Amino acid sequence: MAKRDIPEINAGSMADIAFLLLIFFLVTTTMDTDSGVFRKLPEIQPENTEAPPVKEKNILEVNINRFDKLLVDDEEVTIKDVRQLAIDFIDNGGGTYEGKTCDYCEGKKDESSSDHPGKAIISVQTAQTTSYGMYISVQNELLAAYTELRNRYAKKYTTGKYQGLSYTDLLNIQKADKENADVKVALDKIKKAYPEILSDAEPIK
Amino acid sequence: MSKFGKKKKDVPAVNTAALPDIVFMLLFFFMVATTMRETTLLIKPPKLPSATEVKKLEHKSLVSTIYVGKAKNASEGKGDKIQLNDKISTVNDVTNFIYSERDKHDAEEQKAMVTSIKADVKTNVGTVSDIKHELRTINALKISYSSGTGDVSNNFN
Repeated sequence: MAKRDIPEINAGSMADIAFLLLIFFLVTTTMDTDSGVFRKLPEIQPENTEAPPVKEKNILEVNINRFDKLLVDDEEVTIKDVRQLAIDFIDNGGGTYEGKTCDYCEGKKDESSSDHPGKAIISVQTAQTTSYGMYISVQNELLAAYTELRNRYAKKYTTGKYQGLSYTDLLNIQKADKENADVKVALDKIKKAYPEILSDAEPIK
Repeated sequence: MSKFGKKKKDVPAVNTAALPDIVFMLLFFFMVATTMRETTLLIKPPKLPSATEVKKLEHKSLVSTIYVGKAKNASEGKGDKIQLNDKISTVNDVTNFIYSERDKHDAEEQKAMVTSIKADVKTNVGTVSDIKHELRTINALKISYSSGTGDVSNNFN
């Protein structure tokens, strides 16, 4: 008799409690995904290694001074020009690399500019107090130049089932399917055509 | 008249018994998806640069973050400060920080580790360059300059 008298626990306010928790988590959640400009640093070379001989014309020197002013190959430019200058320089194809001329380059084939995308080095020289924002902007423009060239190359020269896709498309495919060997082959071919050669010089004190 | 009155009374109350279940479902989703902020910033929240060529960092546990910016607390002094974990450190501590981050993972994962540099746009390149130099000495070569998506013209004024 006494047992039957125990009343059922009222669960009506359970929803309220759950809502309270839900709102707490909603408020504290940060769903920020960290994104950034990826770079790979060069390995440290042993002290007495000699720098490989590089011809002056194969280096594009980008100089950012401490007032965030830009100098590309001794000419004052603005950040908007950097991308095009980099493209012109990389894509010049005025000479040979490993005995071959650059048959996919669409540049001016200027004798005084870079020989081949495989040889073209872009060197960024900063001052100690250059602003980080400016530095990232320049890095971004240079990477954008490479992406643009790679996109163009991919659209023209990728054969097989990925024909007509751009480099960015291929990267997206690879992101979705990491094990895909075909994409990797296609990407490696593009990267070989336009290897990213960016060098950071020690900042001037 | 009585007919109408009767009908109104008959409309049953909406059954809310399943409401807690729905709410719990949402609650669990957020509990699982949430990552609590691990570090409290001792520097002023950095205004990250914006860039167009950004990639997302994938495995969060494999990312070690270095913050660079001005100290919140004036007593820390002026100039660019480097924050590792929960305290403001010097450039020389960067190597130890990376070693301790590496210890949390096995050899296979260590190869995929990325260092994310979250620096304010007004930071000096020299400071970042010093950090990069330290990272190179211990072969932590994969780095990401943390930045938002946007036009580069936001990076300077």
